[in-house]
Amino acid sequence: MSDNVSSEAVEAQFPEVELTGAMDAIRSKLYLIAVIAMGLLVAAGVAAGLHAKSIGSLEAYGATREMPWGILISTYVFFVVTSTGLCLVSSIGHVFGVKDFAPIAKRSVFLAVATIVAGFFVIFFEIENPFRMAVYNVISPNLTSNIWWMGTLYGAYMMFMAVEFYLLVSGRYKFAMVAGFLGVVAGVAAHSNLGAVFGMLDGREFWYGPFMPIYFIASAMMSGAAAIILFTWLGYKVSGEEMDEPMKRALKLTTKVGILLITVILFFTIWKFIIGFAGSEAKVRALESLLTGPYAFNFWVLEIAVGMIVPLVLFIKSRGEQVGTMALASAMMIFGIFFMRYDLVVVGQVVPVQYELNVTEYSGLLSYTPSAHEILVVLGGIGLAGLIFLLGEKAFGGHKSEAH
Amino acid sequence: MNQAQLPPEQPDSGEQRSVTEMERRQFLKLGLAVTGIFAGGTLLSAASVVDEVFASRQDFADRYPYKPHYSMVIRQDNCIDCERCMAACARTNEVPEYGYRTRVLEQVDPEARERKTEFIPILCNQCNNPACTRACPTGATYKDKQNGIVMVDSDKCIGCKTCMSACPYNARYYNEEKKSVDKCNFCFDTRLSEGKTLTACAAACPAGVRVFGDLSDPDSEVYKRVHDIEKAVWVLRPETGVKPNVFYTKG
Repeated sequence: MSDNVSSEAVEAQFPEVELTGAMDAIRSKLYLIAVIAMGLLVAAGVAAGLHAKSIGSLEAYGATREMPWGILISTYVFFVVTSTGLCLVSSIGHVFGVKDFAPIAKRSVFLAVATIVAGFFVIFFEIENPFRMAVYNVISPNLTSNIWWMGTLYGAYMMFMAVEFYLLVSGRYKFAMVAGFLGVVAGVAAHSNLGAVFGMLDGREFWYGPFMPIYFIASAMMSGAAAIILFTWLGYKVSGEEMDEPMKRALKLTTKVGILLITVILFFTIWKFIIGFAGSEAKVRALESLLTGPYAFNFWVLEIAVGMIVPLVLFIKSRGEQVGTMALASAMMIFGIFFMRYDLVVVGQVVPVQYELNVTEYSGLLSYTPSAHEILVVLGGIGLAGLIFLLGEKAFGGHKSEAH
Repeated sequence: MNQAQLPPEQPDSGEQRSVTEMERRQFLKLGLAVTGIFAGGTLLSAASVVDEVFASRQDFADRYPYKPHYSMVIRQDNCIDCERCMAACARTNEVPEYGYRTRVLEQVDPEARERKTEFIPILCNQCNNPACTRACPTGATYKDKQNGIVMVDSDKCIGCKTCMSACPYNARYYNEEKKSVDKCNFCFDTRLSEGKTLTACAAACPAGVRVFGDLSDPDSEVYKRVHDIEKAVWVLRPETGVKPNVFYTKG
């Protein structure tokens, strides 16, 4: 919405209010609307998730025996990728001491916690027996399981990040740096394990191999750069304040990180295809489903164009200085990356495991369509991340940072 | 394979005794060359199944010392798709309608000379190196140390479905009633532990397709069939390295 139009409208209603006062009134009204909208999304997600639990996933969710992982897994991946990325990109400043990155630290650490919480929200409704997980992950761990390591390390990661945020807010920067370092270590370990959850499944050729853990880390940093730029811009919209020079400089550098990581992921993607086409028939069929098959729109338009190429061009054109353009590019990236995760999870399962047996039952690609329950839980997760972000902006006064 | 480790020949195979091990090996190589790869690469030579499953016989027994080592040989061309195995399995193991522990797939080759359709029964392969048990976070699915069956402890299953994604045979499904992933366990709880010698599917098969027994017992039919190198024996998806205990053969 344009500020001009809305402020005029308000002035007409309240002619006695000063212009800035009117702007503030509008802003707080919009803020309230956004908080309520996010809250409603969370409520819808919780309702859908609980209803799904009561009627059973077989009926409520679109995932099947052949394709057991659907949009809830991919959305979980989306959130934890973003969280890890926020942690890694911002750690350049608050852990590794590059001062120019320091202004983005507090908001990034806060958002890293917000997004991992949103990830856990979604996975809670995906896992059939989450309460058993809490018990048996502790008393009956399987140390060869990537899922076990991922869950445990992400638990530790969330704790370190929360502690780091508390220390940043209370101004204890030395200790915050230690907590932040532990967060980075746990985050990298957890996130590469998440890649290995897929990469170690030797029966699923689209995923199998050492590519996934590496790709996950690089792709996390790409997501992190986008999230930092978008949410910093949004944070300033919430407060209505002008960005100061150090913050502008931090965003300019983050844009450079974004440009670098987009090109890295493009490079990875190109080689994934070239090498994949030299592989088995099953793998080739999966890659074809992205290039020319049912996932071609997702791949070319959402992943490549919206998620990477257009943002890359916008980033370069903005010279890291036009924050609005950079925020737009970042929003496009985050939107595209959501589908990047979706395709990663879904396309890994579209070729049946018995495909090369040449049997009638498994001669073609499998298909998966998210159910209404699944989509609502996903929206609930998005709402939760948005809600925590919005509340955090007010509660922590726009995450202003003193130099440290 | 070390020839010195080959077991002595059976005393009743009088004719075969005249064939030396070396000649057998030669014959095997010949057979490999003759049979080659058939039906989209699903048929492997006996040589490869020996390599896949038996690094060498002694190595194999040392590494997978299950006793009994439950195993199944499927005589694929005998299957007529009557699906009595599936019905018997569902009845015995309370398998709900939306799931299955075993299934019969249909393979059609329009260019084959006479018979163009074959049926391929599938079930959990009770792998020696299972992808599912490695992936399970809580050890809810595990390989029984005694008999090598891949079991599920339903109480520990968190329902993350990683085992379902990991399984190269699509042998697992989520059972809503048990609140756990469910799969074939060779009827261990429902039949074997009660003293029965066959699984429900093997007992129900009218065509003798499913040969069930103890791979560690040289007198068992499964042992004899798996070690009959003059007949092609193969496994599904050997490239995954899971070393399955369900073998396929013809005749």
